[in-house]
Amino acid sequence: MRQRINIKRYPGFLPVTILCLVVLYAPLLVVMVYSFNDSLSITRWGGFSFRWYMEIFTGPESAKFKDAAWNSLTIALSAAVASTIIATAAAVAMVRGGAFKGKALNLALISMPIMVPEIVTAVATLVFFSAIGFTLGYLSILVAHIVFCIPFAYLPIAARLQGIDGSYEEAAQDLYASRFQAFLRVLMPLMAPGILAGFLLAFIISLDDFIITNFIKGAGIETLPTAIFGAVKQGIKPDIMALSTIMLSVSILIVTLSYFISRYGRPGTKAEA
Amino acid sequence: MSEQDIAIDVRNAVKRFGAVTALAGVSLTIRDNEFFTLLGPSGCGKTTLLRLIAGFEEITEGEILLYGEDIGTLPPNRRPINTVFQHYALFPHMTVAENVAFGMRRLGWSKADIEDQTGRILDLVKLGDLAARRPAQLSGGQQQRVALARAMAPRPKVLLLDEPLSALDLKLRQAMRIELKQIQEETGITFVFVTHDQEEALTMSDRIAVMSAGEIRQVGTPHEIYEAPNDRFVADFIGETNVLDVTVQRGPDGAWHSRLPNGAVFPCEAAGTPPQDGAAAHVLIRPERLSLVPEAESNSGLTGVVDQIVYLGTDIQYGVRLDEGPDVLVRAQNVGSDTTSFRNGDRVGLAIAPGGARLLVD
Repeated sequence: MRQRINIKRYPGFLPVTILCLVVLYAPLLVVMVYSFNDSLSITRWGGFSFRWYMEIFTGPESAKFKDAAWNSLTIALSAAVASTIIATAAAVAMVRGGAFKGKALNLALISMPIMVPEIVTAVATLVFFSAIGFTLGYLSILVAHIVFCIPFAYLPIAARLQGIDGSYEEAAQDLYASRFQAFLRVLMPLMAPGILAGFLLAFIISLDDFIITNFIKGAGIETLPTAIFGAVKQGIKPDIMALSTIMLSVSILIVTLSYFISRYGRPGTKAEA
Repeated sequence: MSEQDIAIDVRNAVKRFGAVTALAGVSLTIRDNEFFTLLGPSGCGKTTLLRLIAGFEEITEGEILLYGEDIGTLPPNRRPINTVFQHYALFPHMTVAENVAFGMRRLGWSKADIEDQTGRILDLVKLGDLAARRPAQLSGGQQQRVALARAMAPRPKVLLLDEPLSALDLKLRQAMRIELKQIQEETGITFVFVTHDQEEALTMSDRIAVMSAGEIRQVGTPHEIYEAPNDRFVADFIGETNVLDVTVQRGPDGAWHSRLPNGAVFPCEAAGTPPQDGAAAHVLIRPERLSLVPEAESNSGLTGVVDQIVYLGTDIQYGVRLDEGPDVLVRAQNVGSDTTSFRNGDRVGLAIAPGGARLLVD
């Protein structure tokens, strides 16, 4: 066997790595640290405190944040449920449907929202909603979120389904299950980790979307990202850092969960021990 | 035969995948209570035929009858036929008992009946104490038994087995051959078994269909297939065969003989349509029907030089370069005495056992 290349021995490996890590994560670290700063300043350290976390929940702006958080959560949950159902159906059709006309085009269409710059989607969605006279508000945000969440839900679900041997469904149908029963009792349980991972990914993508939401939300409604953006426009206060830290923690938690779930119990291509 | 004697009647079945013809008009009757084997090299269409019977593939042309009823267009869940899959396809999220009960549940059996039958069938395959395990906790051989139990539990009219032993190691495979045959005899279910392993086919089957390139070359008992192959393909595929070019000659008593280019003549059996006197033909001789003798004692006129000796344990196989004609294989039982054995480079004659030469006209 060929010896594996030890990447660590390449010249400049360490400085480049450190540079990347710093650029990527130092700002996040600063926000997290200063969210515990017992001072109005965002640059001078004034001691450790949970003051700004209290401020979010009890301060003068707490009602605004609470509404925004509620909107974000309910929209993310509904959008994740809807897009996961659509993505599951799409995955079964694409992976199990054999070769049908326009299959490549279909895949391109499904994954388009990932490729198209978000600002383009945002403008297009706004123009479209205005053209058909769709009132901007909670519902318009939800519809837009369902649409752009589909590819994110689709990818882990389709990946999982590709790893499941077709003979399981054949065996179920051979044992007198209708196509629907075979899907419900055999394929769904085997796909479950992929479906859950897709759901969590869609949830997090919806939760932290800003660009599209900001374009199509209409007046008088905020989600957490748009509320944070609105607050920052009047100057960065440490409570925004606290709020950002909470959102960051939730995101990290859910993405980590999604990663482990999609890895759990991955079946082989054959039914072997 | 009445409808009740024929389990499966395949009539002129054609299956095409796009431009590829997998089955080119196959007709076949499988009898009730029979252990029937579809045998052939990979790509010969045997698995396609099995999948047509199971309902996983749609038939392009032709009919499939199950006890007289046309099932060719029914989906797999409406056919009282179950399958043991090559890689078992046990449901990994269910226990052994749940796997076995799956078919009966879908058929709407009562809870008591399902429990009863699950217990009985797991005992039959000697897995009674593993009912609560998951497939991943079982060995390959145990998984194979669960797959068999799951397919037999709903009492199918026909059981299809798609190379179910191919994933097992040799010792286990040999034990399972005998056990499968016993289970088939005990339950009386018609088995249709697909394999590319000729030894497997010979040991278990009541009848064998040898397939090649989407067609059936011969159907018969193991004895018929081995002793009286219809053509060179069947003869080559089932065991090893020596093929010699000869001229047909009718003996004075009416019996068939082969004449070698060197003029030597030996008696042989004729297959199918009797060949014309003086026609060019092939003669097939199994290696174990040949034996090495001192050159002068040859009863066939075949003489040559030993140029290869392979020790096989129970047998010794000699390669002999004929003076006229191709190399032939000779297999002798290893009886352990050195006095009868021959060495590389020895000049030898070949003796053909009575009935061991079989005449074939192309």
